[in-house]
Amino acid sequence: MIVINGTPHEIAITDPRRSLLDHLRTDAGLHGPKKGCDQGGCGACTVLLDGRRVLACLTLAAQADGRTVTTVEGVGRDGDLDPLQEAFINHDGFQCGYCTPGQVCSAIGMADEVARGVPSRVSPEIGAASFDLSPDEIRERMSGNLCRCGAYNGIVAAIEETYVGGPR
Amino acid sequence: MKPFTYQRADDVASAVAAAATTPGAVYLGGGTNLVDLMRQNIERPAALVDISRLPARIEIGTDGRLRIPAAATNTDVAADPVVRRDFRIIAEAIVNGASGQIRNMATVGGNLMQRTRCLYFYDAGAHCNKREPGSGCDAVDGHNRMHAVLGASPHCMATHPSDLAVALAALDARVHLAGPAGQRTVELRDLHRLPGDTPHVEHTLEPGELITTVSVPAPPAEARSAYRKVRERASYAFALVSVAALLEVRDGTVVSARLALGGVAAKPWRAASAEAVLTGAPATRASFERAADVALADARPLTHNGFKIPLMRRVIVSTLEELS
Ligand SMILES: Cc1cc2nc3c(=O)[nH]c(=O)nc-3n(C[C@H](O)[C@H](O)[C@H](O)COP(=O)(O)OP(=O)(O)OC[C@H]3O[C@@H](n4cnc5c(N)ncnc54)[C@H](O)[C@@H]3O)c2cc1C
Ligand code: SF4
Ligand code: FES
Ligand code: FES
Repeated sequence: MIVINGTPHEIAITDPRRSLLDHLRTDAGLHGPKKGCDQGGCGACTVLLDGRRVLACLTLAAQADGRTVTTVEGVGRDGDLDPLQEAFINHDGFQCGYCTPGQVCSAIGMADEVARGVPSRVSPEIGAASFDLSPDEIRERMSGNLCRCGAYNGIVAAIEETYVGGPR
Repeated sequence: MKPFTYQRADDVASAVAAAATTPGAVYLGGGTNLVDLMRQNIERPAALVDISRLPARIEIGTDGRLRIPAAATNTDVAADPVVRRDFRIIAEAIVNGASGQIRNMATVGGNLMQRTRCLYFYDAGAHCNKREPGSGCDAVDGHNRMHAVLGASPHCMATHPSDLAVALAALDARVHLAGPAGQRTVELRDLHRLPGDTPHVEHTLEPGELITTVSVPAPPAEARSAYRKVRERASYAFALVSVAALLEVRDGTVVSARLALGGVAAKPWRAASAEAVLTGAPATRASFERAADVALADARPLTHNGFKIPLMRRVIVSTLEELS
């Protein structure tokens, strides 16, 4: 049993080869998570597993058993978008939109990591009690999400506005 | 992907028992390397024993050593306040590797046991002695920019890709194992093997052995430490070269030094000869340059990776200067 976007799903995983990404897209019909590379290189498949951002393409569906998964469909809906999604729109944080569900889920997980005191490569002091979300920090912490359209400036601005309160 | 069976273990004993009694079983951590290799049909296990949910509490043992369970995620290790305060190069090495998502999935055991990133190893159409013993090595005359300059053999010149392992090597970490024959401990620096003429034999684990814990002694209180990594882009890339260093300087003299090099060999490369040169020497650029020369005295370039030797030399010198 996997709780997907708040709803328990009793979908039998008959083949252990099933990735969480294929399970979500094919078995659960959730097409938000995207298959960019299927090998851990692009971040388009990012979902939240028990609240932490992971790559659904390298997670076996069987490994998610008994856990909760949030896809972009669980973040917001048409007419009821998350502030982060609104910010992506306002800042042109995408062009084709293919990477966007992964970017959005990744940013949510990233903000939670900062709140939990997870350091990054660019944190001024790795032992610090807390970390500020500077644009450098956002870029580094989001480096696992590629955008082929190059909407990075908008993505960083959207994340900054949402979690820091307005781009400087 | 070849079909396989999947089972999950809740404790070390049941994981070892499951692997021992299931033909063709291998352990599954976060899957960030294994699932990828299985999808490419490079790894074809008949069974997976998922150990990613084994207990993962990081603690200081009664002997004062940091104890990191093998199932701890890279993120949880890097975020641990004690690790960040007293074993900072562990956290630095982790946050210099992979991406936020991958670090959330990747376990410590899986990170140490991950396979090389040699492109020919990943390409089923290429010759690779590691993948297919005796088939040859396409890296010899091929794209070997990323390959080893230390400890390589004509049979294989692949590097070990882990950043974490380099920091752990500098810290004198130990790896605790459980297997069908019981428990034992190996020094981290003895975990991986150099290729020789058997590059498919990469480590010293016995069949069915599980890494249960990595333990690390407290570094010298006065030592300063740093992990430096150079790569082809600022983030989300494997090391060209990396350095984990600890340096203790008193009154301008090096009291103790530890140096481990990454991206240059099939294992994290502890530069013991350079440490010997440093110990007792004045903490000056000249000493650091001499130490770097000694560390790299046996380095041999391939056709496309000669740049790694002067690059590594400069990174060693600047890291030691920064710590002095
Ligand atoms: C795009 C990308 C970029 C990356 N960049 C970096 C980087 O810059 N630096 C870096 O260091 N790493 C990098 N990695 C590699 C990543 O860190 C490793 O894939 C990860 O650490 C492996 O851990 P895992 O738990 O997912 O292992 P798995 O994939 O589950 O397993 C890997 C191997 O370890 C074995 N194993 C797992 N646990 C144990 C155990 N307890 N005992 C014995 N054997 C065990 C498995 O059987 C398997 O053979 C990158 C990976 C990707 C996909
Ligand atoms: S360097 Fe090693 S891993 Fe790469 S092709 Fe040669 S034998 Fe295979
Ligand atoms: S599809 Fe998972 S990282 Fe690219
Ligand atoms: S918007 Fe097209 S890939 Fe990012």
